[in-house]
Amino acid sequence: MTLGLVFWLDLGIKLVVVAAVVPLIGMVIGYGEMKLSAHMQSRVGPYFAGGRYGWAQLIADGVKFIQKEDIVPAEADRPVFKWAPALVFMGTMSLLVIIPLHPSTNGIVRDLDVGIFYALAISSVSTIGVLMAGWSSANKYSMIGGLRAAGQLIAYELPLVLATVGVVIQAGTMSMQGIVQAQVAQGWPFLLTQFIGFAIFMIAALAELTRLPFDMPIAESELVMGYVTEYSGFRFLFFFLAEFTNMFSMSAIAATLFLGGYAFWGLDPSTLLSPIILFAKVGVLLFLMIWIRWTLPRLREDQLQTLAWKWLIPISIVNIIVTAVLKVVV
Amino acid sequence: MKIRGLRNLAKASKLGMLTGMRVTFVTMLRTWAFNLSGGKVGLRATVNYPVVKEEPVPRARGVIALDQEACTVCMLCARSCPDWCIYIEGHKELKPPTRPGGRARARATLDRFDIDYALCMYCGICVEVCPFDALFWTPEYEYSEYDMGPMMHDMDRLQDWMKTVPAGLGAQS
Repeated sequence: MTLGLVFWLDLGIKLVVVAAVVPLIGMVIGYGEMKLSAHMQSRVGPYFAGGRYGWAQLIADGVKFIQKEDIVPAEADRPVFKWAPALVFMGTMSLLVIIPLHPSTNGIVRDLDVGIFYALAISSVSTIGVLMAGWSSANKYSMIGGLRAAGQLIAYELPLVLATVGVVIQAGTMSMQGIVQAQVAQGWPFLLTQFIGFAIFMIAALAELTRLPFDMPIAESELVMGYVTEYSGFRFLFFFLAEFTNMFSMSAIAATLFLGGYAFWGLDPSTLLSPIILFAKVGVLLFLMIWIRWTLPRLREDQLQTLAWKWLIPISIVNIIVTAVLKVVV
Repeated sequence: MKIRGLRNLAKASKLGMLTGMRVTFVTMLRTWAFNLSGGKVGLRATVNYPVVKEEPVPRARGVIALDQEACTVCMLCARSCPDWCIYIEGHKELKPPTRPGGRARARATLDRFDIDYALCMYCGICVEVCPFDALFWTPEYEYSEYDMGPMMHDMDRLQDWMKTVPAGLGAQS
């Protein structure tokens, strides 16, 4: 085989794997959220679909969404309206490319030298999709939601980036594999030194995902459903799938940067156990996100901006300076 | 000050957030324990409805039952109904005299007493206004239909619901 064919075959297989895994991740997280939220509210949650524990609930929901009519409002900007969910989903899918599951070369879709930089850059693409959705819906609620989302995502992109800088300084590399290797080499995860960075990263990640307590863009009591108000059927499902997949990838990035990724104390990271360890760490972070979502009420819009600009960004800059000074001194 | 437990820590540090997180976590564990143990430990606010029937309190306003014998077709309920969901028709019948040589009495008899539960808003004014105690609240709640039409329940159905009126709430028959 020629080199070109190998490249395309490799790319094709990885694409198929990602395309199969993403909806699965979305469904598992969606089911987990349903069950956990139900239990936190003293309810049972889904328990009919699939016979036991309602395990097939999300499959049934998916089938339902596909059957629904795909409505485009008469006044909507049709192509923009139709492409917005795809763009949001694309940004989400691209994040999965740089998550390392295993130290071998096949344990990651593509180990980029600028891995974490790529992740933070590509996650901004979703912002454009959200803005497109809000603008093209020809609906005041959608537009306010879209603009709120834009303001929020821009505000929280900064602490998100700045929180990772501390880790990058300590690891001396931006490659995701390199960051995990640095933590394996020193024997402890960056959480111990970068716990401020970790806290800021998680808060900013929640805001980036527009999940409670930062769900002002889709605030139901004020904006109906924000930028997804006019969407129905499969396009609506895309937004939801994007949110759940984004939760996964954000948690995976946080686990890789701060919790040592696929490595664990006393375990050889080159065994097949490493992806399971990563998934366990991601699971803990996902539980934290769901737990926070079903406990805390929504912030006010000005409180949200205050938190980002007056607290998170200054704290993360101080964190960077201290990390850099200690890196040079120690 | 000695601080024991998340609740006191939250109180001492003025972090109400922690209290909230504790509440949801404890509730989750309690519900989980209830589900796993089949109800022996823990606590859950809801029941698995179609499998386990919920038992409403006796005075729950589930549906309105009709005692046909007590009804005199006076139409007060139909007139007082805010959204006109009660339909009554009746005629007069001559009852034979109770004593030999007596006069035959006219008695109003129900032909139709329908309540359109697709329209009813459960205000209970009809029950309040009935001077002959013919209408009763019952906790029965399983009478939903797949269509609007069948939500119009007739007097035989309403009479059936008399059986579900809890004892001691004034039902005569």
